[in-house]
Formats: sequence, C-alpha cells, structure tokens
Amino acid sequence: MSVVGHAPPPFFRRGPAPLVRLAFFVALSLILLVADLRFHTLEWARLAVATVAWPLQRVTWLPIDAAGDVGTYLARQSTLLSENEELRRRQLGTANLLLRQQHLEQENKRLRALLDMRTRQPVEGRIAEILYAARDPFSRRVIIDKGLQHGISTGQAVVDDIGVIGQVVRVFPLTAEVLLLTDKDQAIPVEVQRNGLRAVLAGAGAGMMELRFLAANAEVQLGDILVTSGLDGVYLPGLPVAKVVKIDRDSAYSFARITCAPLAGVERHGLALVLGARTALPPQPDEAPSAADEPGRGKRIKKKARPS
Amino acid sequence: MQPTHSSRRILLPVRNWFIALTLFLALLLNLIPFGRLPGIPDWVALVLAFWCVHQPLKVGMAAAFVLGLAMDVADASVMGQHALAYVLLAFAAAGLSRRVLWFQLSQQALHVLLLFLGMQLVMMALRMLSGAEFPGVLWFLSSFTATLLWHPVTYLLLMPQFRPEDKDVHRPI
Repeated sequence: MSVVGHAPPPFFRRGPAPLVRLAFFVALSLILLVADLRFHTLEWARLAVATVAWPLQRVTWLPIDAAGDVGTYLARQSTLLSENEELRRRQLGTANLLLRQQHLEQENKRLRALLDMRTRQPVEGRIAEILYAARDPFSRRVIIDKGLQHGISTGQAVVDDIGVIGQVVRVFPLTAEVLLLTDKDQAIPVEVQRNGLRAVLAGAGAGMMELRFLAANAEVQLGDILVTSGLDGVYLPGLPVAKVVKIDRDSAYSFARITCAPLAGVERHGLALVLGARTALPPQPDEAPSAADEPGRGKRIKKKARPS
Repeated sequence: MQPTHSSRRILLPVRNWFIALTLFLALLLNLIPFGRLPGIPDWVALVLAFWCVHQPLKVGMAAAFVLGLAMDVADASVMGQHALAYVLLAFAAAGLSRRVLWFQLSQQALHVLLLFLGMQLVMMALRMLSGAEFPGVLWFLSSFTATLLWHPVTYLLLMPQFRPEDKDVHRPI
C-alpha cells in the first residue's frame, strides 16, 4: 500500500542492510591495507594505539613473567654452579683477546692515521632485552624493551654476543620492533670472510638465509663465514652474520643456490645490543655523464646548454 | 531467547556491559605474548563469533572492525589484515546464526570451524599476496583449538543469562 515515492515506515530500524555494511567495512580495510603496505602512512596511528595499549600489554605479560620467575627460582643450584663455571672459563678464554683489544685499537688508529685513512667509527651500543616474538606468523620480528625514550631510532643494527640479529624497523615510546635477518623482507650486504667476495644475503624463512645473485661458479665453500661488508651504511663492517651450510650448483641456472644458517641466536631470546647509528657514508660519486649527453667532437656547443 | 533454538530453557536478556567486558578480556588474552607457539586460539575471533551467532543485532561488523584494528597493532601485522578478516567473520557468523542455533553444540562447533578456517585463509591470502612467507601448516591448528573451545565458551558466556531451574509444579514456566 505504498504511495508513489514513499516507502512505508519500517517496523524495526536496523540501519543499512548487512551487505551494504560488509561492503563498507571491507572497502575501509582494503584502503587501510594499501595505505600501510604501499605508502607506509599509518605509522602515526600505530604509534598512538600502541602507546595507549602499552599498560594493558604490560599487564598481560604478568603471567609469562611469573612463569619465568618461578622457573628461575626453581633452577637447581648445580645448574647455576655449572653455568657460572662455564661463563668464567669463557671469560678467561676471551680475556687474552680483550686485553689486547685496547692495544690493537690504538695501534690500528695510529696505522690508519699514518695511511691517512678515515678512522673507523667506534662502536657504541645500548643493551636491550628481547621481550617476546611478535605474534604475527607471517614475518619474523621480536620486540625489545628500549624505545624512543632511550634514543633508539629506526635503522639501527641489533647484534648479540655472536653476530648480527637484525635491524630496528619500528620504534614505540618504550619498545621497538626488530626485523630478524631470517625474515623474507630483510637483506644484508655481506662478504665472505675468507676471500672478501661481496654478496647480498636475504632471509629465506624457516630460520634460514640465502646468498643471492652469485654465479654458479662463485668461490664459496661449505662452512664459509659471512661477515657484514658495511657497504649499506647501516651495519658496521666485519660483524659475523652467517655460515654457509649448503651449496647447490646447478648449471641449468645461472645462479648458485647457497643456503646459510645464521650464526647469532636469531630465533633465541635473551639480551641484545642495539648498535649506535652509523655516521653517514660519503655521498655517492656523481654518475659519469653518458656518451649520449656528451656533445660529439666538432659539434658546436651552445653556451646556454652547458651548465656552468 | 534460548541457548539453542531447540532448547526448552528460556534465558534472561543479555547485558550490554557483559558483552563489552568479554570482548575486552578476549583482547587481553590475545595480547599475552606466546610468540610462534602453534595452537594458541584467537580468543577475539572466538568470542566475536560467539556473540555474532547469539546476538547478531548487538555485535556486528563495526565491533569486528575496531577489534581487528586493535589486533593489527598488537600483533605488529599490517593494518587492516585482522580488521578485514574479522569483518568477514562477523558477517558470516551473523548470516549463519539462524541456522547454527538449531544444532547441538558439537554440530555448531563444526559450523564455526569453517568460519575460523575461512578467516585464517583470508589473512594468509592477504599477506602472501603482499609477499610474506608461508607461516606453516601448524598455524591452522589455532582454528581447531578454538573449535574445541566452543562448547565450554558457550556455557561460560551464557552463564549470567541462565536462571535457576524452577521446581514449582504449579508454575511450569
């Protein structure tokens, strides 16, 4: 009994139809996804929500912390004693190197001064505790307990006592996210310690890494140690990164498949050292002008066209 | 309102603050850092699916969207990933609610299992399209544990609405 142009009033107001609401929210989510993945414009929103949620998160850690405390409380004395002994032995073993380190650094500095080279940047760092692994199953990240308040900034390298773990990718006021080396998105420039061959090491998932874009006959052997080459301006040169565990040279492909295992306890948790940001590298040299831009011999050069 | 449509028990009306409280507690449970341990259920998805099935007029896609955004920040995942998955879950759960509530709890759980698996597949498709790694088959275990929890969670969340059984023979209802 509807008059033309007038719908009868509904008995129960329920708002827009479910499909309309679904379309609206799905569109909104997709916009957010694209904005975050492609343009990285949502970091401020993430920062705000994370700051508000920080006390809540702290509360939820209580059961895990308590379990850890109970575990350490119940650790047997013999375990502690043997661990203590082991640590003391290791300290003594490295004391030799440590004692001479100061001397060597001084000598190195003098030699470099003699050679008129840039002095290597001294390493400074801040000790952070790895709180937990992020729940996201699609990437490999850990959360550390130092953040903006402690002067951490994105891009800093994170190492443990054996080698590189990863890089700080997101900073919150009191915590920071570290992208581990084994993540698929993470790449690190390395060189083979034995012969100085430079390459790029990328995460391959499942706790392993892959040495990419090396020719099938590249001079790499099983057991080679890879160290950072420092070419990227992020990692200091010479930090141990990984060890070659498998080489697959198939002549059908132009590149060798070289699988590496991380040296540091990348997937273990404990203490880590956030290295200070490196001073900027010298600017890239200007590209040599290509032949097309150069005026040919005998061509007249207009004075206006030449930048002075 | 009954626990299931075939049940003879009549429930008290639900309180709005109780729904909000349970969703908040589920969010807190999800914040506990278990890391990459497989089989930890997604509590927010479980409670959200429960309320979307039982109270489709009170809890819907808007709540799902907001909870999803909170989970995106807490999980350090891409913004919109959980939001999209939860919105689809809420839509499907509300659409299925008239049908699901005719079944026993064990059969309801089977319906819900499909919802959870679909939600995880949506998340996986989104992330793998954007170039993330495959999380492993064990990741899907969390849907199955959530399904196993459907029975206890139903009793837990409906508990405030049950009233004592009336033994008075003169007043049957």
